[in-house]
Amino acid sequence: MTEQTTAETGVPTPAEIESHLLEFLEARTKSAVSPDLDLFASGLVSSMFAMELVVLLEQRYGVAVVGGDLKLDNFRTVQRITELVLRLRDA
Amino acid sequence: MPMDEPQHRLTVVGGGVMGSSIAALALGHGVPVTLVDLTEDVLRVTRENVDRQLRHAQLLGALPEGCAPAELVTTTSPAAAAEATAVIEAVVEFSGTKAKVLAEFAALTGPGVPLITNTSGIPVDELAEAVPHPEDLVGTHFMNPPFLIKAVEVIRGPRTGERTLARVGSLLTALGRTAIEVRDAPGFVTSRLLHPMINDAARVVEAGTATVEAVDELMRKCLGHPTGPLATADLIGIDNLVDSLNILFERTQDPGCRPCELLLEKVRSGDLGRKSGRGFYDYGKASM
Ligand SMILES: NC(=O)c1ccc[n+]([C@@H]2O[C@H](COP(=O)([O-])OP(=O)(O)OC[C@H]3O[C@@H](n4cnc5c(N)ncnc54)[C@H](O)[C@@H]3O)[C@@H](O)[C@H]2O)c1
Repeated sequence: MTEQTTAETGVPTPAEIESHLLEFLEARTKSAVSPDLDLFASGLVSSMFAMELVVLLEQRYGVAVVGGDLKLDNFRTVQRITELVLRLRDA
Repeated sequence: MPMDEPQHRLTVVGGGVMGSSIAALALGHGVPVTLVDLTEDVLRVTRENVDRQLRHAQLLGALPEGCAPAELVTTTSPAAAAEATAVIEAVVEFSGTKAKVLAEFAALTGPGVPLITNTSGIPVDELAEAVPHPEDLVGTHFMNPPFLIKAVEVIRGPRTGERTLARVGSLLTALGRTAIEVRDAPGFVTSRLLHPMINDAARVVEAGTATVEAVDELMRKCLGHPTGPLATADLIGIDNLVDSLNILFERTQDPGCRPCELLLEKVRSGDLGRKSGRGFYDYGKASM
């Protein structure tokens, strides 16, 4: 991964993905969210919400979350979700 | 599947909130499903919802490991149900519609095949009038989402046969659910308790006592309700909630079951909950 910005490549950078996810979660939960907060253990979002995150990633970043990647552990924190997007996008 | 276990093949009638999620539960447990609804347009949405719910169930680790999803067939033709080992109807909560559907499918499957109604509250014995072999008819009350809710209320009507109950028990075991058997009554146990409670929660908001968020948070954090009553209303679908309350009110005359104005207003304005994208909460876009 090189440190290019969206302006140069049209592809969102890791920092941009992370801040967009934080924005989405803060808007939906009306609470402050940090990148390493455990979204489920903190009670901030329910397991019903997990699938909305999957759909969001697929629509916004054009990745497909399938097979073994469909596990809650990948969605536990904003950091992990960002890592998942990067891994799927670079695959 | 080992040879000594029965092979189930389910027909689900109605591909809305419950039909699609019951289908997803069955497919994820390796049970093939034929799903019947009225139009190809509805079925297209249903297929997307079944697919999403299967993935949601997988995401939450709610499906047996190493079990490949079974085949889904969707159709507008009831004739496809002839091969079913059980029929589950999950059409709208109106006695007339259910009676018509049950009679139609009873004629296709013949005697001995369980006819299962997923009604929220219409007494099974009322619907038994519509079918030629009332002993084949039984109620199951799957709740939304069925893949997360481990138990199923099973309603034994006064005319439900032992063989039918045994077959439904075997089906529920194959789906990894625990059956809790109850007797027939308007709303059985769960809707009789839950629906007026949700109605009251909406009344509390209507009266200005508390916000939607505060009602749900209090019920979750102080009283141990996992979802909160108003988020549950959104999950059920407020149109279906109102229909089910009407069924209860007509049959019990309990004023607590008369749908409150706030619920009626939400139905009039199309804010039906998750399925329309907005109800008591905003979900951005429609999903089930
Ligand atoms: N929503 C819930 O949480 C919930 C929970 C438990 C039980 N139930 C019960 O399950 C049943 C279905 O509820 P729902 O919320 O899925 O409703 P819904 O409105 O989401 O879906 C009903 C579906 O039935 C179809 N339909 C109507 N008439 C039909 C016919 N003649 N043949 C085939 N399909 C037909 C409609 O096109 C629609 O797709 C109702 O009896 C309801 O009370 C609902």
